[in-house]
Amino acid sequence: MILEGKVWRYGDNVDTDVIIPARYLNSADPKDLATHCMEDIDPTFAGNVNSGDIIVAGRNFGCGSSREHAPVAIKASGVPCVIADSFARIFFRNAINIGLPLIELGTAVAEIDNGNIVKIDLDRGIVENVTKGKEYKVQPLPEFIQKIASAGGLINYVKGDC
Amino acid sequence: MGMTMTEKIFARHAGVDHVVPGQLIRCKVDLVLGNDITAPPAIKEFDRIGKPVFDKDKIALVPDHFTPNKDIKSAEMAKSMREFAKKHNIKNYFEVGRMGIEHVLLPEVGLVAPGELIIGADSHTCTYGALGAFATGVGSTDMGAAMATGDTWFKVPSSIKVVLTGKMPRWVSGKDVILTLIGMIGVDGARYQALEFVGEGVAELTMTDRLTISNMAIEAGAKNGIFPVDAVTLEYISSRVNRDYISVSADGDAIYDRVINIELDKLTPVVALPHLPENVRPVGEVAETVINQVVIGSCTNGRIEDLAQAAEIIAGRQIHPDVRTIVIPGSQAVYMEAMAKGYIESFIKAGAVVSTPTCGPCLGGYMGILAAGERAVATTNRNFRGRMGHVDSEVYLAGPAVAAASAIMGRIAAPWEVSL
Ligand code: SF4
Repeated sequence: MILEGKVWRYGDNVDTDVIIPARYLNSADPKDLATHCMEDIDPTFAGNVNSGDIIVAGRNFGCGSSREHAPVAIKASGVPCVIADSFARIFFRNAINIGLPLIELGTAVAEIDNGNIVKIDLDRGIVENVTKGKEYKVQPLPEFIQKIASAGGLINYVKGDC
Repeated sequence: MGMTMTEKIFARHAGVDHVVPGQLIRCKVDLVLGNDITAPPAIKEFDRIGKPVFDKDKIALVPDHFTPNKDIKSAEMAKSMREFAKKHNIKNYFEVGRMGIEHVLLPEVGLVAPGELIIGADSHTCTYGALGAFATGVGSTDMGAAMATGDTWFKVPSSIKVVLTGKMPRWVSGKDVILTLIGMIGVDGARYQALEFVGEGVAELTMTDRLTISNMAIEAGAKNGIFPVDAVTLEYISSRVNRDYISVSADGDAIYDRVINIELDKLTPVVALPHLPENVRPVGEVAETVINQVVIGSCTNGRIEDLAQAAEIIAGRQIHPDVRTIVIPGSQAVYMEAMAKGYIESFIKAGAVVSTPTCGPCLGGYMGILAAGERAVATTNRNFRGRMGHVDSEVYLAGPAVAAASAIMGRIAAPWEVSL
């Protein structure tokens, strides 16, 4: 699968409280959640994000609360993939489980700026910064996790299993 | 090759002799936990699978985040969890009036035993490592799937050995130990790893201290934070757990990714400044910071010993007139004991409010939301931007002694400033 979109760039330790503040957790409806996505770190995001745009961030993206509402809100905003230096583990699990692909790019994220256009080849594990003409190779996910992803998330995977 | 505590629990629950870090395994779970925020989406996912629950006695559902319900939407969510519990005959559903903050409640009622493997759709599920169990937070989809299958997948983490030595100084508590550690290694210092606490200093720590320390393992990015099973553990569970369990201990030749030493003698009460738990400073360095609110409670510091520490400082004094002080016992049992011991009366006489158990302000839900520009000292575990209210408010994390002293002084204060 090839994805291409404009980058929304954030820093280190973006926590799930700023991705979707707890005051909106009285709803679990993805559409409701999307209207408040990233609100406490970037109030301009929800109103201006276009379907296909890509979030790029620094270390430990998605730290803090285990709320699955965070990757759900990002996915429902139309963002098809998040690239970060590294991800917090519960966020990583949750994103895989709901079918939001993540790319752990390491320190090379420093070369991607807000507004750049990036192109991602998920199958071949290639990230291209179209604006800057740079290309990066990423580690493919472990096979077991790829199976969950290709089943369309954990529930479909488990259903096929039991 | 030897195994760490975490590796041993994983191996047993995966039905294999041996596991190594990085290995992907499927493990049976002894308990699956959810709350009023995370269970409703989990129930939706569970229903899509179309199977019965794997074991009605091994699921715990606790309405604690927005309960007693703060608005109609949260009441609808609590209702969906309640109806699920009825329909599937879930034994460990705790209704308002019997509930507590989940991570205070579960160990208290004996739902956690050494060597068990517990997942919860709440990041602070790692609290139960204090009892020598493996426990970690997962998401709602994981919870929904595990309620049907009774198992889940893990990547075996490597372990960091945290060696504790020496004795705890006066006014230093578990909160200061874990904040100091997070200050040393950072909020992603143990990302994807297990923290295993060892050393002669462990015996110094009460179960309350250990629960607080394991609770905040996630704030260093860790998967879990586990303690050895010793006399303190056995004493704690003796009156609570009456089922068989298999406790584990680390092998002498277990392999650790690295070793961190903490000398308890050298610790001092600390505060974590906004907006990350790693911004740790000795309380003296920030003592002039004026505050508007103090919150004493949460799954980190809502137990009876925490309230005892706060009461020792607050009793017979008056809360500073410019500070709203909110005390939240972590469970009904804690509430009752605090009442019997006179703490509740001391708090109220001093000018604090005391609430029924709830997460409430800890996650900026209700019961003490901050306005723009306001500042709170809280015994909670996260001081992220906007965590307790407005994005331009601030949370300073501390143990109960510093929080109580700050409530009296109207600014961040060391306990010895008021107790002498
Ligand atoms: S008290 Fe705070 S950290 Fe603990 S479970 Fe409740 S919201 Fe989460």
